[in-house]
Amino acid sequence: MNRILFRKKGRAVFISHLDLMRTMQRVFIRAGVKIRHTEGFNPHPYMNFAMPLSVGVESRCELMEFELAEPADLASLPARLNAVCPEGIEVLEAYESDLKFKYIKWLDIEAQLFYYNEVHRARELESFYGRESLTVEKRTKRQTLEVDIRPLIGALEAEDIRPGLVLLRARLAAQEPALSPAQLVSALEQLAPELKPDFVRYKRIDVYDKNMDRFR
Amino acid sequence: MDAVLEQILTRVQKPARYTGGEYNEIRKDPAEVDVRMAFCFPDTYEIGMSNLGLQILYGAINAQPGMACERCFAPWGDMEEEMRRAGIPLYALESGDPLSEFDALGFSLGYEMAFTSVLNMLDLAGIPVRSADRRDLTPLVFAGGTSCVNPEPMADFLDLCAIGEGEELDVEILELLRRAKREGWDKPAFLREAARIPGVYVPSLYRPEYNEDGTLRCLTPLEGAPEKVTKRIVEDLDSAFFPTKAIVPSTEIVHDRVVLELFRGCVRGCRFCQAGFAYRPVRRHGTEFLLEKAKAALENSGYEEITLSSLSTSDFKGLPELTDGLLEWCEPRKISLSLPSLRADNFSMGLMERVQRVRKSGLTFAPEAGSQRLRDVINKNVTEEALLNSCRIAFEGGWNTLKLYFMLGLPTETDEDVVAIAKLANQVLYTWRQYAANKARGVKITVSTSMFVPKPHTPFQWESQVSVEEYLRRVRLLRESITSKSIVYNWHEPHVSLIEAALSRGDRRVGGVIEEVWRNGGRLDSWTDYFSMDRWLDAFASRGLTPEFYALRKRGEDEVFPWDTVDLGVTKRYLAREREEAYAGRVTPDCRVKCMGCGANCLLERRKCDE
Repeated sequence: MNRILFRKKGRAVFISHLDLMRTMQRVFIRAGVKIRHTEGFNPHPYMNFAMPLSVGVESRCELMEFELAEPADLASLPARLNAVCPEGIEVLEAYESDLKFKYIKWLDIEAQLFYYNEVHRARELESFYGRESLTVEKRTKRQTLEVDIRPLIGALEAEDIRPGLVLLRARLAAQEPALSPAQLVSALEQLAPELKPDFVRYKRIDVYDKNMDRFR
Repeated sequence: MDAVLEQILTRVQKPARYTGGEYNEIRKDPAEVDVRMAFCFPDTYEIGMSNLGLQILYGAINAQPGMACERCFAPWGDMEEEMRRAGIPLYALESGDPLSEFDALGFSLGYEMAFTSVLNMLDLAGIPVRSADRRDLTPLVFAGGTSCVNPEPMADFLDLCAIGEGEELDVEILELLRRAKREGWDKPAFLREAARIPGVYVPSLYRPEYNEDGTLRCLTPLEGAPEKVTKRIVEDLDSAFFPTKAIVPSTEIVHDRVVLELFRGCVRGCRFCQAGFAYRPVRRHGTEFLLEKAKAALENSGYEEITLSSLSTSDFKGLPELTDGLLEWCEPRKISLSLPSLRADNFSMGLMERVQRVRKSGLTFAPEAGSQRLRDVINKNVTEEALLNSCRIAFEGGWNTLKLYFMLGLPTETDEDVVAIAKLANQVLYTWRQYAANKARGVKITVSTSMFVPKPHTPFQWESQVSVEEYLRRVRLLRESITSKSIVYNWHEPHVSLIEAALSRGDRRVGGVIEEVWRNGGRLDSWTDYFSMDRWLDAFASRGLTPEFYALRKRGEDEVFPWDTVDLGVTKRYLAREREEAYAGRVTPDCRVKCMGCGANCLLERRKCDE
C-alpha cells in the first residue's frame, strides 16, 4: 500500500471528513496521479484515512492510504500533490507501508485552553488530570455509561502560556477505546466546572503504536 | 482568522462555506490592486458556487490588471445569528475583509425571491440598504443578472444595474469607478457618467409617475440619462473570457462538476420562457474551442463529471462532433458526461443512450402542457408522437423512471387541457407496458406541475396569472384524473409563484414591500425554511398594495411597463405579435428555419444571427 502523511491547518480545518475525501480525490486527479479504483457497481478511487478528524481540528499527522494504478516516483509525489492542494492542506511524505491503521494506539495532541478571566490554570489542570480515576458519564443513543477515562490518558502536561491561555499536551488512547481531545476537555465540565475553558483549539501532533514507536 | 469567527465556525453547520481558501481561488496582492469588487450572491454558497455567471465574471474581472474580485454569499440562518450576536460584519471569502471596505459590491440577481437577501447582506455588512442613504462613492452597490431585465422593484436599493452580459460591462463600470476614485468624484457625478456606459441603468436617474388606477404613467429620464438602456452582449463568444480554472469548492455544492457553456440564446421561442427572449441573439462557441476548453477545465479542477450547458442543447450544431470528442477523452479517464436540456426527439435519445453508458440517471422531459392545442399556444414545439417515441427508446433502453414537467395556469388553459396532462402520462405508461425491456422492475412516472409565472420581456408579459385558488382547483382536477399507481403527481406550492409573479412585473413601489418583508425578518425567501406568505401579504398591505395587482392583472395593450426602459433587443411589437399568434394557436418556427424579425439581431454589429 502507498501512504501519504499530510497536514491540515488554517482555513482547511473546516473541511469535513466527507468533503476531505472528495477533495483529495480531486487533488490526485489534478496532479495526474492515477490511483486504483474500487471494483463494483459504482467504482470510485480507493482511499482510506486513519482516524477521521473532527471539523475545526488542526493536524500534522493525517495518514491516507491508497494504491497507485500506475508506477509513480514517491519521493517527488508530495511536491506534485502540494502544487494542486487547496490552501491549508500540505502533503509531508509519501511512502510505502504495510502497517495496518488498526495498530495505531496512541495520539499526541495539543489543546489551547482559553479562559476569558485571564488567570493561571496549568497547575490545577495537571492535578485534575493526575487524579487516580476520572469517571465521566458517557451518553450513547440508548444509555448513559460511566467510564473512567484516566487509563486512556498516557501522559499530560499543562503550561501557562500567558494569563488566560493554557497549553495542554497529552498522549491519548487513539482507538478502541479512544479518548478524543474534545472528550478530554469535556471531562472538566462534568468533574471540575470551575476549570472549564471558554474556548479550545485542538491540534493533532503525532500517532504511535502500542510500543510508543511513531506510526507511519 | 479572527478568533471569534473561528469559535463560531466550530458551532455552525457546514463551516467550509464560510472560509474560502478553495483551490483556484484568486487572492491578489493589495498593493497591486486599485479597484476591488465583491461579487455578492444573494443565496447560499452551495447555490452561488454552482452559478456559471459567477465563475465567468470572477475570472474575467480578476484577469484585469489592478482589479480584484472576491466572493460573498448569504449565510444560512445559524451563521447569520452568530455573526450578528458577535458583531462580525459580512466579509468576502478571499481576504476576509468586510464588504464595507470594498469599492463595489456586484449582486447577481437571477431570481426574484433572492431580493430580500440583497438587503439582508447589505445590512449584515453594516451598509445602508437604500441607495439614497449611501452618500459616499464607495461601496458602490450594483446588480446584474436575469432579474435585472426589470430593474424597478430593486430601484431604491441599487446604485446601478448592469443590463445584459457582464464580461465587458462590469469591467467598464469598474474602470470608471477607478477613475472616479482617483479624481475624487462624488457619487452623483459618478452615476451621471456611468449612465453613459451602454447597458447601465441608474435607477435614481429615472422618475416614475403613476396613473390614478395605480399603473405606471411614465418613467422620465433625468440629467441626460438615456431613454432606453440597451442590453449588452458579447458578440464573439470565443474571444471573450471562458472559465477553465473554476474555483473547486472544498465542500459539496449543488452542481459539483465542470459546466461547459455551448451557446447563449435560444432559437425556439417558447412564449412563456424569459430566458429564451432575454438572451437572444443566439451566439455559439466553436466545437474545437469547446473541446480544448473542456479538457483544460477538467484537468484544472479534478472533477469527474462534465455537463453541457445551454437553453436547448439539442439545437447545438456540432453536438455529435462535440460529444464524440468529449467521450473519447472522458471515457478512459472515467469522467462522465451529462446532457441536460435535451429535446424529446430521436436524435437526442440516441445521444443519451450513448452518453449514459456508465451511469444511468433519471430522464426528464418538459412538455409544459398536456394538449397539443396548448403546446401550440405556448409554442412548445414538441408533439405527443415525438415524446412517446422518445419514451419508447428510453424504456427499450432500460430506463424505468421518467419525470414529466408541466405548468398549470398557462394563458387560454381549459379543464380539458388540464385533464390532457393525465392522459399524456397514461400514454407514457402505456408505452412502457408495450416496450419496456424489463417489466419486472416496474416503472415510476412522476408528473410535476408548477404555477405559470408571466415574465417581463415575453409574449405573455401582458397576461394574468391564475389565482392561488384556481391553481389549486386545477391541481385537484389533475390529481383526480390520474388513476394509475405508477404515476406520481407532485405540485409546487403556489404562494411563492404568486409573490415571484408580483415581484417580476413589479414597479418601484414594490421596493417598499421588499424592504418591509426584510425588516420583518425575511431573507432566503426561495427556501421553504424561510419563506412566509403572511409576511409578504402584511408587507404589501402596509404599503397599500396587493400582490394580485401585479400578478393577476391582465395588462392593456398600451400599458407602460416598468421595464420598458430596458431594451433587450427583442421588440415590444414582436412580443405583441407573438401574443396574437399564441391566441390564434399558431406556432412560430425555430428562428434558424425562418427569421421572424424579433429584433435581437440589431444587437450584433454584423446584424446577422448565427445560422
